[in-house]
Amino acid sequence: MIHECIDQYTCLAANINFNLEGLRNGFWQLTIDGLSWGSIYALVAVGYTLVFGVLRLINFAHSEIFMLGMFGAYFCLDMILGFAPSGNAYRLGIGLTVLYLGIAILFAMLVSGSAAVGLEFIAYRPLRRRGARSLTFLITAIGMSFVLQEFVHFVLPKLLKGYGGSNAQQPIILMQPKTQFTVFGATVSNVTLVIVASALVFALLTDTAINRTKFGRGIRAVAQDATTATLMGVSRERIIMTTFLLGGLLAGAAALLYTLKVPQGIIYSGGFLLGIKAFSAAVLGGIGNLRGALLGGLLLGIMENYGQAVFGTQWRDVVAFVLLVLVLLIRPTGILGESLGKARA
Amino acid sequence: MSPSEKPEADRASTWSDKLMAPGDGLRQWWDRLSRVQKWGFGVIAFGLLALLPLFPPPFLNTPNISFGGTMAQFAMVAIIAIGLNVVVGQTGLLDLGYVGFYAVGAYTVALLTSPSSPWNRMGPTGWLHEDWAWLACVPLAMAITALTGLILGTPTLRLRGDYLAIVTLGFGEIIRLLADNLADVTNGPRGLNEVAYPRFGESEKLPEGVFSSGNSMGHAGYGTWWFWLGIILIVAILLLVGNLERSRVGRAWVAIREDEDAAEVMGVNTFRFKLWAFVIGAAIGGLSGALYAGQVQFVAPPTFNIINSMLFLCAVVLGGQGNKLGVVFGAFIIVYLPNRLLGVEFLGINLGDLKYLFFGMALVVLMIFRPQGLFPARQQLLAYGKAARELLRSPEKESAK
Repeated sequence: MIHECIDQYTCLAANINFNLEGLRNGFWQLTIDGLSWGSIYALVAVGYTLVFGVLRLINFAHSEIFMLGMFGAYFCLDMILGFAPSGNAYRLGIGLTVLYLGIAILFAMLVSGSAAVGLEFIAYRPLRRRGARSLTFLITAIGMSFVLQEFVHFVLPKLLKGYGGSNAQQPIILMQPKTQFTVFGATVSNVTLVIVASALVFALLTDTAINRTKFGRGIRAVAQDATTATLMGVSRERIIMTTFLLGGLLAGAAALLYTLKVPQGIIYSGGFLLGIKAFSAAVLGGIGNLRGALLGGLLLGIMENYGQAVFGTQWRDVVAFVLLVLVLLIRPTGILGESLGKARA
Repeated sequence: MSPSEKPEADRASTWSDKLMAPGDGLRQWWDRLSRVQKWGFGVIAFGLLALLPLFPPPFLNTPNISFGGTMAQFAMVAIIAIGLNVVVGQTGLLDLGYVGFYAVGAYTVALLTSPSSPWNRMGPTGWLHEDWAWLACVPLAMAITALTGLILGTPTLRLRGDYLAIVTLGFGEIIRLLADNLADVTNGPRGLNEVAYPRFGESEKLPEGVFSSGNSMGHAGYGTWWFWLGIILIVAILLLVGNLERSRVGRAWVAIREDEDAAEVMGVNTFRFKLWAFVIGAAIGGLSGALYAGQVQFVAPPTFNIINSMLFLCAVVLGGQGNKLGVVFGAFIIVYLPNRLLGVEFLGINLGDLKYLFFGMALVVLMIFRPQGLFPARQQLLAYGKAARELLRSPEKESAK
């Protein structure tokens, strides 16, 4: 964007667009694109919200769990399934593509899930034993975030040739984005379809797991009142571990979906910004509330896209942060505002 | 340390306590000194510190980077750590976007004095003269940063704990993105160059004074001069913060940190004192930013990345939250170690690169074994005042045990 400043005071205004026309013209396209972003945010946000509901802890390192999931998915495609990274997309049939993606998503979930449980075990459990206060937990989370990022940045390349380091991985493209059909003049690509559909499946599964199964009841019980839950025979430590596992699994799933959308985004720092946004999404919907996180994720994805259309691409992240700040100021409990513990049994 | 934490700390295993507690003895010794003695030792210590870059001992020297420059960087981070300590350590507000204030301070100086800025006021047409432009900009930068702190703090400080951390993180990132995106003003990612610096000690050999980057020969290079300037400012800020700590404001801060509800019930206007802490912390951050802009003479957005905010926090936590001398030591570790390890290879990895890995691990280990930091503050006792402390140490108490 090149503007000539008429005088020095107009300069400030020159860098900010206000283009409502663009929003009106591209409304449906922006919405659909925003939905696919939002699905990814939603899945990551669930991890934040569950851990917050149970432990009252912002798991700052969750973004790194997501990042490890991306590397897991890449490792699976590259080393196990034998796809060499190349600039071109692989042309497989629908059946084979779905099969390979299924294997990759499972592997990514495995990596992220075990990383999340490991994180809990190494960093948070000792703190709980010592009855540390919440600031201590948060600082530990920041420390683990550093450790995981820098491990992939500097140590991983020495252990596994061609992985990690300062540059992003060479993309492996299994799905070439291709328009499938149009809605209200907006095109829907196969990638968008896969992302939204899988996110929907995972969201439904998680919702069922939390609201209908026995361990889901355990999670809700611990979120509501840990002491009473323990007295009723719920193992708190086991529930906490399951919660981290569940959050990790969903982050892994989100990681693979993200690499479908942004194949060149597999880099050590790739989880950081997305993590903050997913956290914003969780706050937006009401942190500690599962359905709130899902709703918040979708809303954030869509709003961010609208904001980008109105103010310009470079303001995309600013829109997300301003939204976060505004929500916290106006309604800190979020849109749905209900905590995990208070949800219906 | 909250009261509930106390028995836990007592029960903690002794070996890890001994291993992780190099500061306890020093801390106790320091506490036993009288005020005059503290001053005496303080003057000697800072004097020796100031002489360090002139006679760098071989075991301390940084072989691959200028030692004076390292020490100048240390002085800046130390100022930041003292400022952040007011917010995090003394008042207990976790601010993850502190780097934003550093950025505002640096950009204020840069915008007013860089020729590539549209708001440049230096030169033949402006009202800032080259000779004192930087000096004039420093109080201005502090004032503007304090104002920013006021603007950010007013709406956000009603939030508590974790939420505050995330909102400040958001604000820090917004400030960096603004610097990046408002390209017509801030010159975007290309940054602002030729920022003003103090013109002092101009001579034939050094026509632009000792603070210019032209003065790069020998031990007393421009880094060393900036370090000396930094040391003076550190001492001044330490005095200011120390006086605040002992005043009604400081007691209110400690009360808020220990238990905000109780403080509120006792009639402390918690919001007002939190805002004070935020604004004072911001102004100190802005001062450091102004120093940075002057020394490097170049300001660009990547310097104000959020990860640096975490690094500053690391200095405070490592040194001991709430202990203003401890955090200066924390700042030294944060700056010195990466510079020292720069270019040192281990298993094919440049150890200087691993700073975030090391500091991350240090944070995790420290939080488990010694959450109060290397040099813990005498937090609870401070709340009771000096008289109570004397009483606790009196011999009757000992014999009564």
